[in-house]
Amino acid sequence: MFDFYPQLQQRFAALRTRAEFFSLRYVRESGQYLSVRKNVAEPPSFRHDQGAMLTVRLKGVEAYAATNDLSHAGLQAALERAEAQAQLIADHALLDLSQEPVSSAQADYFSPNLDQAFPSLSECYELLSAESASVPKDERLVSWEVSLGLTNVEQIYLNSAGAELRQAQRFVFPGISVTAYDGNDSQSRSLGRENFGQQGGFDAISRSGLIGAGPTVADQALQLLLAPNTPHGKRDLLLMPDQMILQIHESIGHPLELDRILGDERNYAGTSFVKTSDFGHLQYGSTLLNVTFDPTIPEQLASYRFDDDGTPAHKAFLIREGVLLRPLGGALSQFRAGLEGVANSRACSWNRAPIDRMANLNIEPGDQSLAQMIGGIENGILMANNRSWSIDDARNKFQFGCEWGQLIENGELKGVVKNPNYRGISEQFWRNLSAVGDASTFKVLGTPNCGKGEPNQVIRVGHASPACVFSNIDVFGGDA
Amino acid sequence: MSTPLSQAEQFEGLVAWLRNAIQSPEQFTLGYDAEASEFIRFNKGKVRQAGQVQQASIVLKLINNGRHASVSVTLAGAPADDQQRVAHALKQLRETLPLLPADPYLRLNPQPWHSHNVQADPLPNTAQVLDDIRHAAAGVDLVGFYACGPISYGYASSEGAFGWHQANSFNFDWSLFHSNGQAVKASYAGADWNSERFAQRMQLAREQLAFLDRPVHVLAPGQYRAYLAPAALEEVMSMLCWGGFSAQALASKYSPLQKLYGGDASLSPLVSLDEHVSQSLSPAFSGEGYPRQDLSLVKQGKAHQQLVGSRSAAEYGLEVNGAPSGEAPSALAMAAGTLAQADILKQLGTGLYISNLWYLNYSDQPAARLTGMTRFATFWVEDGQIKAPVNTMRFDDSVYSLLGSELEALTADRELLLSASTYDQRQTASNLLPGALVKKLTLTL
Repeated sequence: MFDFYPQLQQRFAALRTRAEFFSLRYVRESGQYLSVRKNVAEPPSFRHDQGAMLTVRLKGVEAYAATNDLSHAGLQAALERAEAQAQLIADHALLDLSQEPVSSAQADYFSPNLDQAFPSLSECYELLSAESASVPKDERLVSWEVSLGLTNVEQIYLNSAGAELRQAQRFVFPGISVTAYDGNDSQSRSLGRENFGQQGGFDAISRSGLIGAGPTVADQALQLLLAPNTPHGKRDLLLMPDQMILQIHESIGHPLELDRILGDERNYAGTSFVKTSDFGHLQYGSTLLNVTFDPTIPEQLASYRFDDDGTPAHKAFLIREGVLLRPLGGALSQFRAGLEGVANSRACSWNRAPIDRMANLNIEPGDQSLAQMIGGIENGILMANNRSWSIDDARNKFQFGCEWGQLIENGELKGVVKNPNYRGISEQFWRNLSAVGDASTFKVLGTPNCGKGEPNQVIRVGHASPACVFSNIDVFGGDA
Repeated sequence: MSTPLSQAEQFEGLVAWLRNAIQSPEQFTLGYDAEASEFIRFNKGKVRQAGQVQQASIVLKLINNGRHASVSVTLAGAPADDQQRVAHALKQLRETLPLLPADPYLRLNPQPWHSHNVQADPLPNTAQVLDDIRHAAAGVDLVGFYACGPISYGYASSEGAFGWHQANSFNFDWSLFHSNGQAVKASYAGADWNSERFAQRMQLAREQLAFLDRPVHVLAPGQYRAYLAPAALEEVMSMLCWGGFSAQALASKYSPLQKLYGGDASLSPLVSLDEHVSQSLSPAFSGEGYPRQDLSLVKQGKAHQQLVGSRSAAEYGLEVNGAPSGEAPSALAMAAGTLAQADILKQLGTGLYISNLWYLNYSDQPAARLTGMTRFATFWVEDGQIKAPVNTMRFDDSVYSLLGSELEALTADRELLLSASTYDQRQTASNLLPGALVKKLTLTL
C-alpha cells in the first residue's frame, strides 16, 4: 500500500515553482467488473489508472494541470503548465484566493476490512453464476444479469504548506436485475446496482443481500408483469430506503451544493431554489426531518477523514428539525460565501479538479417501525427501488419512478402495482414528511453515478436513510 | 503536451511491441484514447476555474482458446514505462484466461482493415478566445465552459487491422442569465475559432435574452401546441439512443423502442433516422474493431436497422455493423422536413416555443413515455408572435405521440449539435436534427 509514496514525496520536494502555494494530488485506481448474464459469464474487464493533478496559486489566481506522466520531469512540466494557465487567466479571474487558508494536515485513512483479501476471480464468478442459475426457468423471464464491481483507490495529497494526506479505499458494487416480458409489456426488478455500493470487502456483498436474492427478484419481476397499473390520485406515500436515497440525493443534496447556489453550475447541472440567505431559518421540511453530512459510517461510500482539498471531515447537521442550517460547501465555497459548510470538496479522479459534491448525506432515524408506519396509513402506497428520476434545474419540480409498488389500505399492505410514479415540488414535499422510520428500517446505501461539473465528473456518493412517509402526494402509473 | 505525431508513434510502438510479444494461438485487440485538453469554466463572465488535462490510455483484449478478457491501462507517455505497463497487463490477462469458461459469444473481426484520419487544424489561441469572450459578455451574466485540444483514437489487432483518428477541436458552451433567473443557452464549436462568427452567435443569444425581460407567462398543466428547437429535440433523441436501437436491449426487451421494432407502434412518416458516421466527427471504426457503417435506423416512421455489436451478433444471429460501445448511436441524423425557419412562429400560431429540454427520463419505458423539464429560453407565442417567457414546466408524453400522431412538421433546416460531454474524456458524438412542431405536448407540473 502507498508503495509510490516515497518516490512521490521525493519528486514533490524537488519541484520548483514561482507559485505562493501549490499542491499535488496523486490517484491510483484499479478495479474489475464481472457479470454473468443469463447463465453465461461475460468476459471480465480490469482497469489500472494513475495520474496526478498539480494546482498552483499565483498572485491569488489558481489553476491546475493534470498529467499521466508521473516522472519528475512530467510533474515539473505539469506544474509549469498550471503556472502558465494561472498567468493566462489572471486578468479574467473571478476570484482572488490570496487570503484563502490552506491545509497543513497529516493523516491516513483506510476502508474497513481493507486488510482482508477479496474473494478470488474464480470465487466471484462462482457466486455470480450460482445466483444467475437460481433464477427460475420461466419463458417470461427474458433477461437477467448478476454483476460485481470492485474498485481500489489510493490517493495521496501533498502541498507546499506541509499537508500529507493518504487514503486507501475499496469499494464494492454488487447487483442483480431480472426482466420479465409477456409479449406486450416488460417489467424489471433489481437489487443493488446503481442503488447500492459500500466500502469494505466480502462483508459488503453480504450486506447487499445479493446472495440468495435471485428467486425473489425474479418472482417480483413476474408479479409486476401481472400487476395492474398504479392508480392516479393523491395518496400517502411510504418510500423505502432504496427510493429514499434518490429522493434525498435530488431534492436535498443537489440544491444544498454551495457552488450551485453561487452560480458555478448554471450552464450545466443547474442552479438551486435555495439562496445563501436561507441558511439558519428556512423551514425546509417538517420538524421530523433531520439531515446530516456524515463521513463517519465506515462502510458508507463517501466516508473519509479529509476531503480532496485537505479539510477535516466531521458529522454535521445540514437540516435539524426541518430547519436548514448549513450548505454542502467545501473550503473554497465557504470562503466565497462566508458560510459554514462541510468537507465535501471532491474530485472523481486525478484528471478532474475538486468541486462541491455530495459525500455521505443521510436522514437520521426516527421512532416508528415499518409496521407502525403502514398501520398509520389509510389510503396509501409503498414504493421501492428507484428506476426513473427527473427534476428541474433549480431542483424543485420532480418526478420519480420506482420498480415496485404496493397499495396500502386501512393500515394494511395490499396488492402489487406496476409503474409506480410520483411527482411533487421539493419545497412542499419535505414539509409533508409525516413519519420517519426507526433504526430497524435504516439502510446504508449509495450510488457510484452522481454526475456534475464542467468538465464533467461522475462520483461515488453515500446515502443512508430509514423508510419515510409523506402525506397527500400525487401518484400515478404508466400507459401499458 | 504530447504532439499528435508523437501520440501516433507511441501507439504504433506499443502495437509493434505487442505483435512481438503475442504467442500463437493468442490474439489481441488494442484500443487507444488520448487527449490534451484545456478546460476553462466561466461564471459571471469571468474565469471561475481553469486547467489542462493530459491523458492517454489503452484497452488491451487478449483472446486464447475461446476465452477473453480486457484491461484498460493509463499510459505514462514514456515508451519504456508504457511497454512495461502493457507487459503487466498482458501478464494479468494471461493469468486470467485459464480461470474463465469459453465465451460462446466471442467474435473477433478477422479483417486486416486500415483507416487513417488526421485533422490537424491549428488550435485556437486561448488569449484571443478569452478576450473575445470578455468583449462579447460585457454587460451580461455569462456562465459557461470552454474545452479545446486534440483528441486521438487508435485501434489495432493481431489480425492486422489498424485505425488512427485524430482531430483538433474546441467547444464553447454557454448561457446568458437575466437577473430574473431566466436564461438563454448557446454554443460555438468546431476546429477554427473565428472571432466574428463567435460574435454573431453571441449576438443571437443576446437578442433572445431581450425577450426574457418580459414578465413570465404562468402556464397551467394541460395540452399545448409546441415547437421543439433542434437542441430540445436532441434531449428526446438522446433518451431514445439509450438502448432504443441496441440489438441487445431489443432482444432483452428493455429497449424503449420495443413496440416500434416489434411492429406494434409507429412514428410519423415524417421521421427518418440514420446513424450517419461518414459525415460525423466520430472515428470510422468501433472500439471493438469493426469499420462503422452508415445505417438507416428508422425509415418513414417504421423501424429499420438496429445497432449490432459483435456479442449481439453472435448471440442473436445478426450481422455486426460496427456499433459503438453500448450499441448507442453517436452520429444520429434525422431527415429534414419542409417547414421554413421563417414560418416556425406563424405555423405554431399559439403555443410554446421550446429552445431546450432538460433531465428527461422514462415514466413508462416500454411505452416510450418520457418526462422532463423545459429549461432555458422557453416562450409563450400568440398568433405567431413571441409574447413572454414561460415558467419552468414539466412535460410527460409518449414518443409515439410527440414524434408520431401529434407531429405536424419538421423544419427544412437542420442543426449540427456537437457533444459538449466530457465524462472521462471529451466526446466526439454529434446529432444532426431539425426542429419539430407538435400539435399537442402534455404539461403536468
